[in-house]
Amino acid sequence: MVLGKLTWEAIPFDEPIPLISGVAVYVAVLAVLVWVVVKGYWPYLWREWITSVDHKRIGIMYCLLAAVMLVRGFIDAIMMRAQHALAFHAAGYLPASHFDQIFSAHGTIMIFFVAMPFVIGLMNFVVPLQLGVRDVAFPTLNSVSFWLTAVGVLLVNLSLVVGEFTRTGWLPYPPLSELRYSPGVGVDYYCWAIQISGIGTLMTGVNFVTTILKLRAPGMNYTRMPMFCWTALASSLLIVAAFPILTATLAMLLLDRYLDFHFFTDVAGGNSMMFMNLIWAWGHPEVYILVLPAFGIYSEVVSTFSGKPLFGYRSMVIATMAICIISFTVWLHHFFTMGAGPEVNAVFGIASMIIAVPTGVKIFNWMFTMYGGRVRFTSSMLWSIGFMVSFLIGGLTGVLLAVPTADFQLHNSEFLVAHFHNTIIPGVVFGVFAGYVYWFPKAFGFVLDERLGKWAFWLWVVGFWVAWAPGYVAGLEGMTRRLQHYDNPAWYPWMLLSALGVLIILAGIGAQIAQLVVSIRTRAARRDVTGDPWDDRSLEWATSSPPPVFNFARLPDVSDQEPYWDIKQRAREAMQLVTPEPEYEPIEIPRNSPTGFVTALFATVTGFALIWHIWWLVVLGLIGAYVTFVVFAWRDHTELVIPAEEVARMDRANREARAGYLRELAR
Amino acid sequence: MSTEVLRASTDPYHLGHRPAAAGAPPPATGHAAGGPAPKRIVVGYGFWIFLLSDVIIFASLFATYSVLFKATAGGPTAQQLYDLDNTALETVLLLTSTFTCGLASIAVGQRSQKWTQIALLCTGVLGAAFITLEVREFASFIARGAGPSRSAFLSSFFTLVGCHGAHVTAGLLWLGTMMAQFYAKGFRTDIRHRFLCFTLFWHALDIIWVAIFSLVYLVGTLPPEFLP
Repeated sequence: MVLGKLTWEAIPFDEPIPLISGVAVYVAVLAVLVWVVVKGYWPYLWREWITSVDHKRIGIMYCLLAAVMLVRGFIDAIMMRAQHALAFHAAGYLPASHFDQIFSAHGTIMIFFVAMPFVIGLMNFVVPLQLGVRDVAFPTLNSVSFWLTAVGVLLVNLSLVVGEFTRTGWLPYPPLSELRYSPGVGVDYYCWAIQISGIGTLMTGVNFVTTILKLRAPGMNYTRMPMFCWTALASSLLIVAAFPILTATLAMLLLDRYLDFHFFTDVAGGNSMMFMNLIWAWGHPEVYILVLPAFGIYSEVVSTFSGKPLFGYRSMVIATMAICIISFTVWLHHFFTMGAGPEVNAVFGIASMIIAVPTGVKIFNWMFTMYGGRVRFTSSMLWSIGFMVSFLIGGLTGVLLAVPTADFQLHNSEFLVAHFHNTIIPGVVFGVFAGYVYWFPKAFGFVLDERLGKWAFWLWVVGFWVAWAPGYVAGLEGMTRRLQHYDNPAWYPWMLLSALGVLIILAGIGAQIAQLVVSIRTRAARRDVTGDPWDDRSLEWATSSPPPVFNFARLPDVSDQEPYWDIKQRAREAMQLVTPEPEYEPIEIPRNSPTGFVTALFATVTGFALIWHIWWLVVLGLIGAYVTFVVFAWRDHTELVIPAEEVARMDRANREARAGYLRELAR
Repeated sequence: MSTEVLRASTDPYHLGHRPAAAGAPPPATGHAAGGPAPKRIVVGYGFWIFLLSDVIIFASLFATYSVLFKATAGGPTAQQLYDLDNTALETVLLLTSTFTCGLASIAVGQRSQKWTQIALLCTGVLGAAFITLEVREFASFIARGAGPSRSAFLSSFFTLVGCHGAHVTAGLLWLGTMMAQFYAKGFRTDIRHRFLCFTLFWHALDIIWVAIFSLVYLVGTLPPEFLP
């Protein structure tokens, strides 16, 4: 068979919802591509974005990918909420097989292709700027990472139209995910999408550990690094230590499915509980991979808009690194009901409660940073305060769940689902939104509309609580998760309320889209001329907005924890620039490279061929990827030199803008 | 790009390095005052971090193997299957290839094209011989009805040892590419950096193999009364 398992039956002609929506998405994507080509934008896109190895461009592309996938995952959420509103004493409008795919896709997309790329995107954009350096350690590898993540996105969305997605939930628990019980390609789509994007994530982790530990501006000690860099370091260390476990675990599941191995089967000695242990040894650190950088964002935002240095910087660093380590010792709380016995459960229960302590330290630090400060209630500050209040409750319900005896009642209930939404949405999602509003002017040179931004915040935070407070109640009343239909009248009103909540969040997303559109249209009036729109404290604001490709004409000298604030205050006192114009030198920057994009093409081909058992195509794809790397390794000119005059011209413009601001101040 | 070999006096990472003079600016080690570390250090360091992540993949496989060690499902046990003579020969081959790989880095340091190629060729031949022995072992297991599908124990054995074998095979491909690059492009700085990564990779595979040799083969052939 030339095309393996792939036949016309793979197209779900009998299921109109995925087919029509899928086709609509592809038509839309195709239309955008045609528009790009017809308008002649393709060369620009190719030159400036697709082949770019600039960390700022890659970071923006990550965030864009995440934003698009947020909408995609949110459509799943609306469908599920609608199903729950309709499926009381009824079948609802989604057949079980489709509903199962939707909740699986929702979880997979929101974790792997929204939260991860958004967090990594902000890390990409911000970390080198905050460290005062020109790029990450391995710029081309960075581009490969991004494009491999995009491959995962593509494969997951391809499953909408060609074949099916997994019905096993966002983590493919065996034995359900074994070939015997899931003979379709759904689990394979899941596994290969995650394996390929997982390699990208791992490379990002390696890249950022190296960047933060080895590339910093002169004088930037560990105790002078901005908090966001610390949390990015903790998160990257966790990626390096945890993602290989995910890769190994999914590889074992794939071996079970493809080559009749017996790791997790229920015959020949396989052990499905081993899967739970392995996957959560990755899965629990994963939640901290997501939330730690968000904590870093809150630290930057709270400090900036309180007009004070971060309270308890050192305790914050210690808390971050403590979470980094303890996060590896709590995985068993995801399956207390496995029956490991009271001693084991108690150890993991206590460890899970202990990890709440450093998190509490952080909350207090943010509150004390605000205390006595002159707080400006901008929208990024609102996201941060909304986070502190909401996340606290999510954290406390987590401590409840950490009690094994309580967990036996609440395991797999809507209470649990409400708990993790309560940590991930106010924790991670609010965090990346705060970061998005906060760093947007740095990336694009103009400030987002604050009025719509505040609307977005209030709609989101109210919508979140209307959508998820009912989950706690329904869970305590015994509602288990992933129900396609139900007939308990006690749950029904809560499900209706929850559906209302998701509509309010929808309005919040609408406000964010409107905010972006309005801000782009009125950008001329919103220009950030000085490069420091928020009166900020760390080094990314010392350069222009958007920063030049080389970030800093001369690497800044760091002499304390808030190097930029220090320089700025001295300049304000003197009412003129206090740093003399440096001697400009030519700067070497890495040349653009299509390696990432081409590798991704071959990875897509390989992944698709593996899913459908098209073996000759697998071989072809792998050879293609290898050849791509050899071609990259063979090139003779890896760097581009920006002449000193060009550097001087760009830097002088920025210095002039800042001097102009100081002259205004003097007047 | 300079191809000059870094000496102890100029290389802050070299053993025995001292600052040029009292009060001289600290060297760029990437740690503090000196600013970003030099490229060679960044590349080597990053690859080390990658290797650590690779080691964690193996750690997961080792853990799995130890959990499933007794899950033989009535099939052959480690005691019945493992052949220590074959494993000893494999070990000798791989460890020797590490030695020749070390010779290759000396040859690269001396910029000797001839000796670089010879040492790398020896490394490759020894690695290929190692792989051949491993494939033969796997084939003999399968021929005796002890393939990976027979039991969970054998699944984990084939995956753990096979994963190492797959790494060595990938390493051979990389090695061939490196030889071609040295031949075609000479000792360019970025190629030497890449070669530094290759040697780290090859040595790491050795360390993994020592763990496999001890924890899989030696422990597996212990008399049953010594096993927990």
